[in-house]
Amino acid sequence: MSVEPQTQAASLSAVDYDDAIVKKFIAASMLFGVIGMTVGALIALQLAWWPANLGLEFTSFGRLRPLHTNAVIFAFTGNFIFAGIYYSMQRLLKTRLFSDALSNIHFYGWQAIILSAAITLPLGLTQGKEYAELIWPIDLSIAVIWVVFAINFFGTIAKRRVKHLYVAIWFYMSMVITIAVLHIVNNLSIPATLTRSYPIYAGMTDALVQWWYGHNAVGFLLTTPILGLMYYFLPKSVERPVFSYRLSIIHFWALIFLYIWAGPHHLLYSALPDWAQTLGMIFSIMLIAPSWGGMLNGLLTLRGAWDKLRTDPIVKFWVVAVTFYGMSTFEGPMMSIRVVNSLSHFTDWTIGHVHSGALGWVGMAAFATFYWLVPRLWNTKLHSQGLATAHFWLATVGIVLYVVAMWSSGITQGLMWRAIDDAGQLQFPSFVDTVLELMPFYWIRLVGGLMYLTGLLLACFNLLMTVKNAPAASAAAAK
Amino acid sequence: MTSHDSRSPDFDKSHWHRQLLEHRSALFAVLVTVGISIGGMVEIVPMYSMSAGPETLEGVTPYTPLELAGRDIYVSEGCYNCHSQWVRPFRDETLRYGEWSRAGEYAYDRPFQLGSRRIGPDLHRVGGKYPDAWHWEHMRDPRSTSPGSIMPPYTWLYEKTYDVEDVQASMTAMQTAGVPYTDADIAGAGATIDAQATKIVSNLAATGANAQQDKQIIALIAYLQRIGVDGRNAIAAQDGGQ
Repeated sequence: MSVEPQTQAASLSAVDYDDAIVKKFIAASMLFGVIGMTVGALIALQLAWWPANLGLEFTSFGRLRPLHTNAVIFAFTGNFIFAGIYYSMQRLLKTRLFSDALSNIHFYGWQAIILSAAITLPLGLTQGKEYAELIWPIDLSIAVIWVVFAINFFGTIAKRRVKHLYVAIWFYMSMVITIAVLHIVNNLSIPATLTRSYPIYAGMTDALVQWWYGHNAVGFLLTTPILGLMYYFLPKSVERPVFSYRLSIIHFWALIFLYIWAGPHHLLYSALPDWAQTLGMIFSIMLIAPSWGGMLNGLLTLRGAWDKLRTDPIVKFWVVAVTFYGMSTFEGPMMSIRVVNSLSHFTDWTIGHVHSGALGWVGMAAFATFYWLVPRLWNTKLHSQGLATAHFWLATVGIVLYVVAMWSSGITQGLMWRAIDDAGQLQFPSFVDTVLELMPFYWIRLVGGLMYLTGLLLACFNLLMTVKNAPAASAAAAK
Repeated sequence: MTSHDSRSPDFDKSHWHRQLLEHRSALFAVLVTVGISIGGMVEIVPMYSMSAGPETLEGVTPYTPLELAGRDIYVSEGCYNCHSQWVRPFRDETLRYGEWSRAGEYAYDRPFQLGSRRIGPDLHRVGGKYPDAWHWEHMRDPRSTSPGSIMPPYTWLYEKTYDVEDVQASMTAMQTAGVPYTDADIAGAGATIDAQATKIVSNLAATGANAQQDKQIIALIAYLQRIGVDGRNAIAAQDGGQ
């Protein structure tokens, strides 16, 4: 047990941690992970075989794709983050969460938001801004529940019994603050009806605000909190201290400062003023340094514990997660360079990039965390190491198939769009021709995604059996 | 130096970051807030200045009530998930789609619909590109006009209706947000819609399509036929004037 101050451990061992809330968030994360990824597989099928739109307005691609992204980002990842934060911050600060009531309002409120999203999005009720589709009454609920979470979070910090804040807490804190700012600013709008509103920003300003939000939702929901969780659960899993305290300071402050500037890389070669595009590109490239600082601090924490990579599925999941983090934070800055972006933008390359982050980094980190947490929460052993290892290989091969298919598809289509023949005309004037060329890749992507989903189902089974076989006493105590 | 050292009691006294910040959660939170605010402010605030913000374009006017209703349908169906409205200034894109997109063209776009992925083609120059009847056929059966297309059919748009009062509520909200609709525009929306929809229905009738003017597809066609038209005309006028 490495990351907490040893000296105080004995006197504080009697703290009554709230683990029931952690269990609830884990269950919700797994459930919505299955739903979100199943919808993902369906819309992947729709691109390969359009009749899978089923002829219903509620299941058409345009309505289901936001459901997929929202479910995976806010339901699967959101619940994972809350579970991990609530578990680790109690231990790091040696205190129970600030308020059981707030914890429960946070949990049930968040699930109610997810359910309302699952109802409204297929009905076509949307704000039409990517990853900020939810209509204004739901946005208001999100703001309220986020404030509840923030009070619970800072309240717990206020009553902490460990003087210093461990690096994981810094990253959590940056999420709590930044997501609040992003969510509120991007969703400022004038309601027209109960289900429709119009943003206070117009045109390119709206686009800039949205991508400032969109890019930093990736930065502060899919990156910083997961890095915080890495700083707690990775050292715990390998029983080694974090490689470098100084590196964590530098890369933390650099990461949160630089990230916020990078949004305009989503608008390169648009009508956004050039200076803003250039700022977005430059800061995106600079982001490589703090991102890789985090990756290296994670990987080097494994020093002296690399033998565990062969035997322990949790370590396997962490190594692939951190490696994909490094890969996608290299790929992202590359795609932010204008000349690369001119090819990659509007193509499946972007989709592949997002999924190497979401499936590779976030998903694998979530599985590593859950396989470590669930046996401890229920005071038992994991039901099957073999199934966890099978999950690992299904997920890893699934991601590789997915990402390689999307790279191939993206570059193929990007090159076809720009191909000019000797007469100076478009070589592929029919847009449909450039789409039909992608069909083999779309089927491969579907197979990759289904493998990842199958792995997730194995994890659900494995963790359910773990809980089911837990000693009755500890299950009853259920702390 | 590793965190072995950072866990010792002596370390608490020796390292500036721990002493200065990690022991002071409120100051830490303030610094995080400052750190994450600077970039956004530097980029977003100048959008409201004439010199640094997006350029304007003479001759771009707000959507008509029927087009606005159609735009709401476009947003609602999530068309932006597959179609961009953003022609980049590249030779291949201007060959394929037409004039590249200018900032001023989006002046009344709330929400913006630039999109991020072209599963289907860009639509910023689709206005006026095809007759109304083409859209009528295409939305009901995309493969009838575009063989091989992977777009789903939108049959429900031919049954569901748009609501004039709803459009007026939208115009009122837009007016509050700063779009120059007058009170007379809003009060007269019913008549304006009627005139524009009647014209589309008669265009369709000329090709044998039996359309009713209160259906959502009529509003969507009105919007599709408007996208990028003001911009194209304004750019042509600029070029002609030079």
